[in-house]
Amino acid sequence: MGKIITVYGPLLLQAMGHTLLLALYGLFFACIIGMIVGIMSVLRSRICRVIAGIFVNLIRGVPMIVLAYFVYFGVPYLFNTILNMGGVTLSALQAGTICLSLNCGAYMAEIIRAGIESVPAGQMEAARSLGLPYWRSMQRVVLPQAIRTMIPSIINQFIITLKDTSILSVIGFPELVNTAKNVVSKTFMSFQTWAIVGIMYLIVILILQQAAKAVERRLKNGKRKV
Amino acid sequence: MERGKYEFPIRVSHLYKDFGDQRVIRDISLNVREGEVVCIIGPSGSGKSTFLRCLNRLEESTEGKIVINDVEVTRPGVDINNVRRQIGMVFQHFNLFSNMNVLRNLMLAPVDLKVASVQSARQTALAMLERVGLSEKVSAFPDELSGGQKQRVAIARALCMKPDIMLFDEPTSALDPEMVGEVLEVMKELAADGMTMIVVTHEMGFAREVADRVLFMDGGVVLEEGTPEEIFSHPQHPRLCDFLSKVL
Repeated sequence: MGKIITVYGPLLLQAMGHTLLLALYGLFFACIIGMIVGIMSVLRSRICRVIAGIFVNLIRGVPMIVLAYFVYFGVPYLFNTILNMGGVTLSALQAGTICLSLNCGAYMAEIIRAGIESVPAGQMEAARSLGLPYWRSMQRVVLPQAIRTMIPSIINQFIITLKDTSILSVIGFPELVNTAKNVVSKTFMSFQTWAIVGIMYLIVILILQQAAKAVERRLKNGKRKV
Repeated sequence: MERGKYEFPIRVSHLYKDFGDQRVIRDISLNVREGEVVCIIGPSGSGKSTFLRCLNRLEESTEGKIVINDVEVTRPGVDINNVRRQIGMVFQHFNLFSNMNVLRNLMLAPVDLKVASVQSARQTALAMLERVGLSEKVSAFPDELSGGQKQRVAIARALCMKPDIMLFDEPTSALDPEMVGEVLEVMKELAADGMTMIVVTHEMGFAREVADRVLFMDGGVVLEEGTPEEIFSHPQHPRLCDFLSKVL
C-alpha cells in the first residue's frame, strides 16, 4: 500500500484531476443541454416536445460505453472513411466531454421537466391573467419555484456523472480508472491500487454530498429570503 | 377610477367551447354593462368556470365572438396580454405566487409590464392592501396567510393592475366557512364602487344581494337569466327549481 502511495500517488492525484476536469466540462454542457431540452419538453409546441422526447429516450436507451465508442471511434470513421471528408479527429477529452454532456444532459432535462411540472398550473395562469407574457411568467414565477425542487436531484445527478467518468477509461482518457489500470499492470498490486482508487472517489463524493446538504439546508432556511 | 369608456365592456356572442368531442359551452351570448355585477350559478360541470376562463382566453373558445372594451379577443393575432391587463381574475385556489411575499405579489405585474414606476406601484399596492384590510401582512409569504387572507390578497393583486373588469371564479369555494364572509365583504365593496364584475359562485346569498343579473347555467347552456328577484323568487325552468331546492 505504501509503495503505491509514495511512487504512484502523484500520478493518481493527477488522474483524479483529469477526472474532475472531465466531469466539470461534462456538467457544464449538460446543464446547457438539460435546460434547453427540459424547457422544450414543457412547451406547447408539439414539435419541440417530440424532439425533446426522442433525444431523452435515445440517450437513456443506449449504454454510455456504447455512446463513448460511437463518439470516439464511430463518428471520426463516418467522416473520414465513409464520407471521405478526412481530417476529423476527436481527442479523448473532447469525445469524453461530448458523451458525458449528452448522457447527463438527457437526465438533467428530465429533472428540469419534472421540476417545472411540479409547479401548480395555477401559478402560470395567475401570472398570465395579469398580462405577463409566457416567458416572463416562466422566468419570474414558475422557474424560481421549480429550481427549489430540482436542486437535490441535480446534485445527485452531478455525483452520478462524476462516477460515470470512469466509463470513459475505455477510450483511453487518462482519468482515474484508466491510470489505475496502468498502475496495476506495472505493479500487480491490484488490491492496494483499487482500494486507494475507491477511497479517492469516496472522499470526493462525500465532500460533494456535504456541499449538497449545505445547499439544501440553505434553501429550506433561506426560503423566506429568496 | 375612470369610468364610462364603453357602454358594454364585455360582449359575447354565440360562444361555443369543445373539449375534444365534448361540447362544454353551447351558444352563449351575453352583454355586460359598465358597472354591472353578473353572477353565474349552476351545478358543477355546467361550464360556468370554462365560460369565465374563455373571456380572458385562459381557455380558447371553439367558436363565437368575445369583445372586451372594443377589442375582439377571439380574433387570431390579438395582443391578448394587453387585453388581460384590463381584466382582473380571482381564482378558486388563490394562486398567489408562493416564491414572493405579499408586496412583491402585488407589484410584480405593474412593475414588470411597466404600467407603473416602482414607486407608484408600491403606493398602489399598499393602498390596495389597506382596502382589503391586510396592511399588516405586507411582507408575509402566502403560506403564512389563512385562506380568506390569501383570497383578499389575490383580489388586491388583480386590482393593482387597475382593471376595468373583474372575473371571479368561485372565489369562496375553497375557503373554510368562517372565512367566506370577509372575502364576500371585499367583493361587495368593489361592486358598490362600480366595478364591472362577473362572479361564478355557489353563494346564493351573495348573488341575491349583490348581483344586478343572475345567469343559471346547466349543461353548457344559459337556461335562465334575470334579476335576483326573478331567479330566486320566481324561477321558471324546472332544472333551476330543482337546483335551488338543493342549494337553498
